[in-house]
Amino acid sequence: MEVKEAGYVGEIYRISGPLVVAEGLKARMYDLCKVGEEGLMGEVVGLVGEKVLIQVYEDTQGIKPGDRVENTGMPLSVELGPGLIRNIYDGVQRPLPVLKDVSGDFIGRGIEAPGLDRKAKWEFKPIVKKGDKVKPGEIIGTVQETDVVEHKILVPPNVREGVIAEIYEGSFTVEDTIAVLDDGTELKLYHKWPVRIPRPYVEKLPPVVPLITGQRILDTFFPVAKGGTAAIPGPFGSGKTVTQHQLAKWSDAHIVVYIGCGERGNEMTEVLEEFPELEDPRTGKPLMERTVLVANTSNMPVAAREASVYTGITIAEYFRDMGYDVAIQADSTSRWAEAMREISGRLEEMPGEEGYPAYLASRLAEFYERAGRVKTLAGNVGSVTIVGAVSPPGGDFSEPVTQNTLRIVKVFWALDAKLAARRHFPAINWLQSYSLYVDTLKDWFAENVSEEWNELRRWAMEVLQEEANLQEIVQLVGSDALPESQRLLLEVARIIREVYLVQYAYHPVDTYCSVEKQYDMLKAIKQINDWFFKALEAGKTVDEIAGVEGLEEFARTKLEEDYKPALEAALEKIRKNLLGE
Amino acid sequence: MKMKEYKTITQVAGPLVFVEKTEPVAYGELVTITLPDGSTRRGQVLDTSRDVVVVQVFEGTRGIDTSSTVRFTGDIVKLNCAQDMLGRILSGSGEPIDGGPKIVPEERRPIVGAAINPYARQYPREFIQTGISAIDGMNTLVRGQKLPIFSGSGLPHNDIALQVARQAKVLGEEEEFAVIFAAMGITYEEAYQFMKEFERTGALERAVVFLNLANDPAIERLLTPRMALTAAEFLAYEYDLHILVILTDMTNYCEALREISAAREEVPGRRGYPGYMYTDLATIYERAGRIRGRKGTITQMPILTMPGDDITHPIPDLTGYITEGQIVLSRELHAKGIYPPINVLPSLSRLMKEGIGEGYTREDHPQWNDQMYAAYAEGVDLRGLVAIVGEEALSERDRLFLKFADEFERRFVQQGRYEDRDIEYTLDLGWELLAMLPERELTKVERKFIERYHPKYRKGEAKAEEAAEEAS
Repeated sequence: MEVKEAGYVGEIYRISGPLVVAEGLKARMYDLCKVGEEGLMGEVVGLVGEKVLIQVYEDTQGIKPGDRVENTGMPLSVELGPGLIRNIYDGVQRPLPVLKDVSGDFIGRGIEAPGLDRKAKWEFKPIVKKGDKVKPGEIIGTVQETDVVEHKILVPPNVREGVIAEIYEGSFTVEDTIAVLDDGTELKLYHKWPVRIPRPYVEKLPPVVPLITGQRILDTFFPVAKGGTAAIPGPFGSGKTVTQHQLAKWSDAHIVVYIGCGERGNEMTEVLEEFPELEDPRTGKPLMERTVLVANTSNMPVAAREASVYTGITIAEYFRDMGYDVAIQADSTSRWAEAMREISGRLEEMPGEEGYPAYLASRLAEFYERAGRVKTLAGNVGSVTIVGAVSPPGGDFSEPVTQNTLRIVKVFWALDAKLAARRHFPAINWLQSYSLYVDTLKDWFAENVSEEWNELRRWAMEVLQEEANLQEIVQLVGSDALPESQRLLLEVARIIREVYLVQYAYHPVDTYCSVEKQYDMLKAIKQINDWFFKALEAGKTVDEIAGVEGLEEFARTKLEEDYKPALEAALEKIRKNLLGE
Repeated sequence: MKMKEYKTITQVAGPLVFVEKTEPVAYGELVTITLPDGSTRRGQVLDTSRDVVVVQVFEGTRGIDTSSTVRFTGDIVKLNCAQDMLGRILSGSGEPIDGGPKIVPEERRPIVGAAINPYARQYPREFIQTGISAIDGMNTLVRGQKLPIFSGSGLPHNDIALQVARQAKVLGEEEEFAVIFAAMGITYEEAYQFMKEFERTGALERAVVFLNLANDPAIERLLTPRMALTAAEFLAYEYDLHILVILTDMTNYCEALREISAAREEVPGRRGYPGYMYTDLATIYERAGRIRGRKGTITQMPILTMPGDDITHPIPDLTGYITEGQIVLSRELHAKGIYPPINVLPSLSRLMKEGIGEGYTREDHPQWNDQMYAAYAEGVDLRGLVAIVGEEALSERDRLFLKFADEFERRFVQQGRYEDRDIEYTLDLGWELLAMLPERELTKVERKFIERYHPKYRKGEAKAEEAAEEAS
């Protein structure tokens, strides 16, 4: 065993759950420590006089005062290089398949497992040559990591500018030297980066490109921009996780980082079993080929849950630095906040609202600020989009985590238990939700989808708003009291809700709806609306109009892969039945 | 092993004992306290440092004084596990209380189970038929799921749990199963009802019972569910049994957790419950599941009573965030005389989508489920409207939905305590109810299923006319 510098080894003084207090240890904040004889991983979270407070990422049962603590002198870091994609990690980047090999079906303690496979060989192709000057963050070559991901090898951002003295092509493990700079710095396929420090970039760019999700209510009404931030708060059972899974599946990002933070084990299993089977509609390859999973389920140690969010975002930033669009699904940020609360309680810090630490707001803000569309050090454009699920206790949005999140994020997808109870999915409430990107993304939609897009969107939203107003009257006096035109509007709103907004996540076709199809459907509904009112003018009753033949067929067109002929036919039928030849 | 014994108790506060000592004591260590009268209590180390050790005493601190002897065993809390546990009744801390012999352990397992590696899990898919329509049809249970019953005081949650335990089966399989029943703070009467039922049906031979009754020490309740799950894991993973674990009542467990937290003067979260209650509950509920390559499975059905029938109370709330759905009982349905009083609207089974449909239950089940939900929800909404404007103001269509909701409760949800309905019966019964509605309202079901299962097409026109007459 290597001899450590004096002072880097200390003794345990106290153990209270995940919090361990050590004495006689030289330490800085956020240094990584090995606690006890088993060498459990921990991180320094406080210094009080001679005492060092350490949060431990593993179960502390059986640890005694007097046991040894060793400071590695390094901050908690992740390994960034080929081998990240398709992997599933715990909160501190230990690969779960490796843990399974070592300790079986249940997670043991004190297992060291590097984030990247040391034995795997990768085919490295340099794109710079001997004598080239390279800057930090610059791309020096590529590794084809999966069928769809070309992993770009970067000069680590914390290495000084230099000239390539040597560079090799061929098959390497992550620890082999692939290039040497003139000052003798050896470059490898991977480098380490401390998770709590955002990776540098040149500048942030305005978010003007939408992240297309294939979910009608999101893309049409509440779009999120690439590099933007969104929150999905909702009570249990309202579909947070299903929505997060849908985004992880169908977002048009190059890379998806899914952080299962303090949630159910089976949900991660579902992703693991399902993603390799599902095909990315853009590349035709399995979705797993672009996915990194970070899973710290609710029963895994709480301190590692606190770290998992940082592990995930750092991996995301790394791929951003290659010039990729990365989407993060963090499910759920409330569990992360609760982990902070738990550690804070153990540290006996003065609590803020509902026992959460006073720094809750600033931690949330720091995290969401790591999103963005940026010009990378290498000169490319990359983005990190963060979608965070929030699990408000009792579904009450006035609680601290929801409120502090809403102050930061630009998109709010409000999940509604009432919609969920009637199986209207996705149960996103269209009256409460908002997106502040609607205006900045207008031009993109007008250019890339249709000039009419923004107008159609506005019209549909107006109908839904009007419906909500009319519903209040209906609740009081019944729908018979409304004038015909308003009753007809309610029917149109019903079509928008039941046909357009309802989207079946588990239907093989409807699970993903391209923007083009969204446009066609919305246009068709507007068309039907116009015919409805024309028919009303021509003397038909509301009941006749609402019961017109062809609507049923129209409703089913969204389930068709090749929907256009069916849509045309349904429209034609409706037109004929309403207005005659 | 050298035992460390101390007579240095400096403080007793509620369930906690503070001991000053010299030797290092491990976090989580099992502690025995011997009182001056010679009786002993067991406890566990909650906080340890060079100066003072905090011990939570499971059997209560009554009678403990500063002259009591504290012995640190150097061991953590473990359960004696053996196949012979089946058929036995144990106390809330795992000691036999049925007058039978001691359990000869094949293995002593720590009751704090290690977390299942998510990578080792297998997604639950096997449909469990409980014979209860409101569960099988609307909120299907699958093997390896954790599906709690959210109840209220005075509602028949125990009857439902017993009915599930009695009738649960996986279709087309004759596999070995066992029930683990853990009672936490329930009354003798309730426990007696369970025991009698187990004995009557002969289920006791296939059951392990852990009893912590209302008059047993509250802190012992912190051990009971973990004991039960340790036994479940042993039998599931060593003896390949399919285990159904019934934990009742989790509300009492949470109260005990709050008591400890208050005694430690921790910063409280919502309503005085500790901030780590979510994590603590997760370490219980997440022990359900299936593991790749292992035959045995653990299905959990925790029961909790919602204080004040409030589903947003921290106990049901945190539970709902961890479990894979919930079965919610309704006082209103109970008052109407409907058994089981399951309110399907707030109920949910997150795992059903993978366990139903073709090859599992029947091809029409998923869409049938959507349709039943939508129709019932609409009918229930209309009841609110009727209360204001009267039934006369409703359209013909609305009246049909109203009738659907009534019939749904009276015929579909309502069933006998010993009525074991198979899934075909449940689905067909649902179709009979759906036939009351105009066909064009059945928008959630594909045409082909309507043609295959709608009574009008199945049993000829005559039957459908009858249904139509009945509906009007």
